[in-house]
Formats: sequence, structure tokens, C-alpha cells
Amino acid sequence: MEPLMAVAIGLLYAAAIFLMLRRSIVKLVIGLMLLSNAANLLIFTSAGMTRGAPPLIPDGMPGPLGTIADPLPQAVVLTAIVIAFGVLAFAVVLIRRAYEIVKADDLDKMKDTDT
Amino acid sequence: MQLAVMGGFILAGMAPLLHHWFGARTPLVMAILPLSMAMWLMGQWPTIAAGDVLLLEWAWVPALGITLTFLIDGLAWLFAMLITVIGALVLIYTGDYLKGHRDLPRFLVVIVAFMMSMLGLVLSDNLVTLFVFWELTSITSYLLIGFNHTDLTARKSAQQGLFVTVAGGLALMAGLVMLGVAGGSWSLSELNAMGDVLREHDLYTPLLICVLLGAFTKSAQFPFHFWLPNAMAAPTPVSAYLHSATMVKAGIYLLARLQPSLGGTEMWIIILSVVGAFTMFTGAFLAIRNTNVKKLLAYSTVMALGTLTMLLGIGTEGALIAFVTFLLAHSLYKGALFMVAGILDHETGTKDVTAMGGLRHVMPKTTLVACIAALSLAGLPPLLGFVGKELMLESVLAADHFDMLILMLAFIAAFLTLAVAAVMVLKPFFGKRRETPKTPHEAPTGMLAGPAMLATLSLLLGLMPGVLDSLVTATVEQMGVAGPDVHLALWHGINLPLILSLVSLALGALVYRHWDRVRARLARLDPLLARGPEAGYEALMAWVVVFSEWQTRVLQNGYMRNYILVMILTLIALIGNSLLLRHAPQLAFHLDVQFHEAVVVGMMVMGALFATIARSRLGAVVSVGIMGFSIALTFIQFSAPDLGITQLLVETLTVILLVLVLFRLPRFSTLSNPLERVRDVIVAGCMGGMITLLVLTSWSIDQFVPISGYMIENSVPLAHGRNIVNVILVDYRSLDTLGEIFVLALAAIGVFAMLKFRAPERSVKQGAAAKENADG
Repeated sequence: MEPLMAVAIGLLYAAAIFLMLRRSIVKLVIGLMLLSNAANLLIFTSAGMTRGAPPLIPDGMPGPLGTIADPLPQAVVLTAIVIAFGVLAFAVVLIRRAYEIVKADDLDKMKDTDT
Repeated sequence: MQLAVMGGFILAGMAPLLHHWFGARTPLVMAILPLSMAMWLMGQWPTIAAGDVLLLEWAWVPALGITLTFLIDGLAWLFAMLITVIGALVLIYTGDYLKGHRDLPRFLVVIVAFMMSMLGLVLSDNLVTLFVFWELTSITSYLLIGFNHTDLTARKSAQQGLFVTVAGGLALMAGLVMLGVAGGSWSLSELNAMGDVLREHDLYTPLLICVLLGAFTKSAQFPFHFWLPNAMAAPTPVSAYLHSATMVKAGIYLLARLQPSLGGTEMWIIILSVVGAFTMFTGAFLAIRNTNVKKLLAYSTVMALGTLTMLLGIGTEGALIAFVTFLLAHSLYKGALFMVAGILDHETGTKDVTAMGGLRHVMPKTTLVACIAALSLAGLPPLLGFVGKELMLESVLAADHFDMLILMLAFIAAFLTLAVAAVMVLKPFFGKRRETPKTPHEAPTGMLAGPAMLATLSLLLGLMPGVLDSLVTATVEQMGVAGPDVHLALWHGINLPLILSLVSLALGALVYRHWDRVRARLARLDPLLARGPEAGYEALMAWVVVFSEWQTRVLQNGYMRNYILVMILTLIALIGNSLLLRHAPQLAFHLDVQFHEAVVVGMMVMGALFATIARSRLGAVVSVGIMGFSIALTFIQFSAPDLGITQLLVETLTVILLVLVLFRLPRFSTLSNPLERVRDVIVAGCMGGMITLLVLTSWSIDQFVPISGYMIENSVPLAHGRNIVNVILVDYRSLDTLGEIFVLALAAIGVFAMLKFRAPERSVKQGAAAKENADG
């Protein structure tokens, strides 16, 4: 599974970078979203991928039964997902405000600080 | 002693407060510190004279082997004495020179700090400590040269001095690090004991060049000599102290200190003696062209520094004895002469020697002091300068390499110096009385005390040079000559050096007699000299400005995608480099994929790719949504239910938000040209490929034992939780979670503020729309 994921993550990164290099600010934000998702997957897969063994401990047991998936990357990714959402919400509202003022979706028209 | 030096820095910081208490007498009060240090050093003299070394240990950064250990031997003692005694005299002199000056406290802060840095520099036994003090002297010197900061020339000169010495300082740092690595020790005394190892070491050549660069820039050796005369923009006490007696000798000190460990090789001898001899000649030659009394002295200092370097290069026993004697003689007479120059400037209001004349009638005491000091500069008996010069000529005659070249340069320098000395005294003090901008009076006592004392010392030591035998012996012994045979005497009998001196006296007198004509002749060389090293410095500085402008234009041009492009390319280069060079990329893998998993991953990738080519905003949002939900499915398939749930929630909210906001933005239009798109595809492709390689490689590398084992084991016993991911979030890494909540709160406040507050001229309609959005 891991090699397939590696290729998928690479493609996600490529798509994200391509979008971030556009002049359209909306595309920039979409690229940002792809990038954060790709990074999350990168962290998630870094500890290896395990099927059907969630990091849970059954009732009455002191520890998990058998091998379980590594919980640490999951915890880190969980934090990252939520923060990425916060950043995205902020960015989206920011570009909306910017559009109201600059009246353009073009980043090159936002070069000056005077508008 | 360490405490005294550190206390000195504190005292420097307290100067404004002291000035508040003692007013104009502050410099006198502060002079107590260097004087008491000099007393203490005198008290150590019996130990030093016996050839012993005083080691005062003090650990500073023990983990890195950096100590604040002070080493006091003959060489360090001599320099420390010069620094403290001349320092005290300069402080006393300053009291009158800058009397009532608004910025006197600031001056005192810096000069005392400089004094302490200089002391630290000559006393340090540790290379790192030595370097720290070395740089401190550069910085304090910068502040002192630029003391009159409202003056453009002063600022420019200060900057020039700083750039030249600090650039040398960088080279020196590299050199010292190499020295420490080559010798395996940071202690100077230990390194000096292993000279043979160092001279044979592979790093010897680069190390020597770096150290010499540092020393040469600091000590104004050709071709770095130009900053020193420009540094004369500083107030005269500074010139007298830093630019004649102490700071410019730091480089010389370092060379003398390293003589036992690095000296004696062919390379050392050739570089030092040739550069030194050439500097000596350049200094004397440029001095004779000037009429500004301070520049005259500055160039003659360059000449003296060249002489000292040359003597170190020759490196024989006789040369080292001459080195110590000449060093002492120079510090005494040059300090005195600079202070006299300050008196002239202070009393007459001009620095031009041709504008002054006949001052002996109004200031007889100054005249006497100036005469004695100038005789020493000229190298005439019965002064210490004569002893030093005779020894110098003697050792030059006995030099092994280039003796004819060096001798010729030394001879020319000698008679030019004689002429300089004559100009310095005869022009202002004798001859016809001339009108000057200010009406001159005899100098105040405080300003006369310093030069008088230094001149007296020059005279007394010249009459009885035998007193210095033990000091010279102790110093030369530290420079690698065991049991030197030192008998300083005024009269050596009629020998070759004496004859040379007589000839140079005659030639010097001739040059002085025809000084105006000589200067007129030399003025023809001006266009040539204008292309000298200083022009190179100016060109370099201009180039730095041009380069920075170009770089700013290219890298910071205001186009967002260019910034991103530069960052991405840098990232690819850095990660790719270490990935390919340090870890062979892993490509062979066992593929274990089930059909439904592959379908989900395929949907994820398709979503992402479609988002890049979507023509409409809605299409892009939908494809991003598909990608997000596929990721959530992948999380769930691979044992991460919490992640899956969170991703689903967040993805839903994101899609709603995007639809609401993007609805108001225009349709996508094609803004970039095809060429740019091709370039971007290539860059993005490289990045994606590299990430794939990175992921594939990272599985085969286990650098540390994972810490999650501990978290799993203690989840129930310690944290009482059965969902390990939740336990990590709220227990093990709860501070992270707190930070996350904080970030979310900030983002929410930001969103609210942007939607709610707007500039007053905005229409009501837009406000209503924003409210609607905020509610949504």
C-alpha cells in the first residue's frame, strides 16, 4: 500500500504547487488546501499503514491486544487538520475582503500597498 | 585580573553616572582604574622577570573548552603595561582636551570599554576569548572614530575602519578555528609548545594566510594601510591611544604571540618581511606628502607598523630584540607626538603644519616635549628611538632573505622618517611666527602631563637602555628564543648601522630643506596613488550596493508566485541534494493493495488533479471536496477513525465556506501564458517526484526508537484513557492542543473582524451581505 500512497502524495503535492503558482488568488487558496491535505497524508503514512487495528484499548484490559497502528502521527495529524481549517477560513475571508477592495482576482494587481 | 577587566567594562557603563557626580573631573577619576592595574602589573614584575608565566585560570564555557584564562608573560606584560599606562595618560589628557564637551560621558564609556577589550586581548590565553576581545576592539574603535557622528567624513572613516578590520576579523576567526583544530587545543600556551606539529600540519598554509589577513588588516599593513590615516577623523586622544600605541599593535601582538607556533617557516619569513618592508616604505613615502599634522603622524605609524612586521618576519634573535625595543620606543614617542598634535590643533585651530610657525615663543614647554619625542622618532641619540633604529638596521643587515631589497626600503624609510620628524617639530614651533585661526596659549597641565611623561621616558630609557635588558629578555624568551643575549646600549661603536644612520641624517636634512619642492614633485604621482588600494575598497563597496539592488529587484519583486517559486526551488535543491547524496532512494517495494483501497486513492488523486484544471469555481470546490472525503475514507480504512471523523467534519465545513465566499468572486480566467504554465508544471512535477522519493525512502530509515511505545503502555495506567489518540491530545501533548485552540480562536476573531469592521465609505448593501455571510 505504501508505494501507492507515496505516488498519490507526490501527485497531491504537484497539484498543490502548480495551483499555488497561479496568479488567481482563489487558485492559490485551493492550492493551499491541497498542500495541507498532502502534508497530513505524508505524516500519516510515515509510520507505516496498518489495516483494521485502531489505537484503542478494549474495556478491562491494561493495554491493547496485538499490534495497533501508531497513535502518535494520528494525534499530530488531528491537530494539523483543525489548524489547517482555521487558516483556510481566515484566508478565504481575507481574499474576499481583498477582492472587495482591489476588485480583481489577480495577485499581480495586489502588488502595491496603496490600494 | 579578570575581575578587574570585567569591572572595567562595568565602570565604562557607569561613566555617565560618574560624570553626573564628578563633572569635568570624571576622566581623572576613571584614570585610577588603569593606573591601579599598572601598579598591580608592576607588582608582578619580579615573577615575569624571572622568566615565569602567570596563569590566571577562569572557566567560562567549560563544555566548549572556552576559558577566560589570563596568561601574563613578558610579552603580555609589556603590552598590558603600555595599555594601562598610556591609557591612564590619555584619560588625563582627555579631561582637558574635551573639557565641557557635551558628549564627554559617551566618549569615556567607549574609550574605557576599548581599554578593557585591549587588555583582555593581550592577556587572553584562549583563542576564542582572544577573538571576542579582538572584535570588541574593532567595534569600540568604530565608535571612537565616528565620535563626531554629525560629520560625514568621520562616519565614512569609521565605517571604512570597521569594514576593513572586521573583514580581517572574519578571516582571523577562520584562521583561529583552523589553528585550534590543527593543534587540538584552544590554549595559546599549549599551542606555542607544539610549533613543530603545527608547522607540519596540512592546514598550515590556509591557517597562516587567514591569521595573517586578520593581523594585517588590524595593523594597517599594505595593502590595507589606507584605513589608518582616515581614522584620524577621531578626536586626538583616540588617535594617540588606539591608532598609535594600542589597537593597531593588536595585529603585531598576535603575530609576536604566534611566532613560536607558526613562525620560522619559509612562508612566514617571506610574507612578513616583504609585506612589512613594503608597508614601511609606503608609510614613510606617503607621510612626506602630507601637511596635515595628524596624517603625517598616521603615515609614520604605518611605517612603524611595517617595521615591526618586518622584524618579526626576519625572526632572528637580533631582530626580535630590535622588535621589542622598537615597539616600546614607538609607543612612547608616537603617543607623545599625537598628544602634541592634539595640543597644536586645540590651541591654534588648524592641523596644517605649513599654517603654523614660531610657536615656541608662546608654548615653550610643549616645544620641549615635542622636540624630545621627535628626536626619538627621527632615531637620533640619545633617545630610545635611536637604540631601536640601530638594532633594526643591524638585524636587517643580517637578514637571510631579500636582504638588499629590505635594506634599501629600510634605508629610504629611515631618512624619510627623519624628514617627517623635522617637519613635525621645526615647521610649527620654529621659524617665523604665523597667524593661526585661534590665538595659541601654553597647553593646560592635563594635556601636557601625558606627552611630557612619555617624552621623559623616551629620554631616560635612551640614556640608560640597560634598564630594559630584563624586560626585553623576558619578552623575547616568550617568542621562542631561549636564553637571548640582550645588552641594549646607546653606543655600539662605529659600525655599519651607525654609518647608515649618519647618511640618512644627511639625506633627511636634505629632504626637509627642499620639502616644498619634494611635495610638488610627488604631487605628480597623485593620479597613480588615486588608483591605490583605497580605490579598490571604494569599488568593492559600490559593487556591494549594486549587487544588493539587483538581488532585491530579482528576489523581492512583489510578485507572489516568484517568491513561491524561489522557495520551492530552494526546497527541491536542499532536500533533493541530501536525499540523493546521503540516502540511496529506495524503489523496490512489495505492493499489497486491495481493490477498494486503490479506488479510494484513485478518487483522491483525480479530485486533486481535476481541481488544477477546473474552469469553474464550483468545479474546483467540488473536486477538492471529493479529494477531502477520499482522504477521510483512507484514514478510516487504515485504523484512524478519529482522523476520519475530523476530516469529514472539516471537509464539510470547508466546502460550505468556499461555496459561500467564492460565489461572490469572478469566474476563473486564464491569466498566465502557456510558457509559464509549462514551467510551473515542470517545477510542480519535480516537487511531487521528490516527495514521492522522500516518502519511499523514509520508511527504510529508522533513526530513533519511536516514542509512541511509552504512550501506548501508559495510556490506561497513568492517563486512564482507552482511546490512545485522544489521550495523546489531552494528556501527553495537552500544551499543543491548548495552542491549537488558541490558533482557532485567533482565526475566528480575525474572520469576525474582517467581516464586521470595514472602512466607513463602504455601502450598506455590502455590510448586509457580510453579515449574512458571517451568520452562515
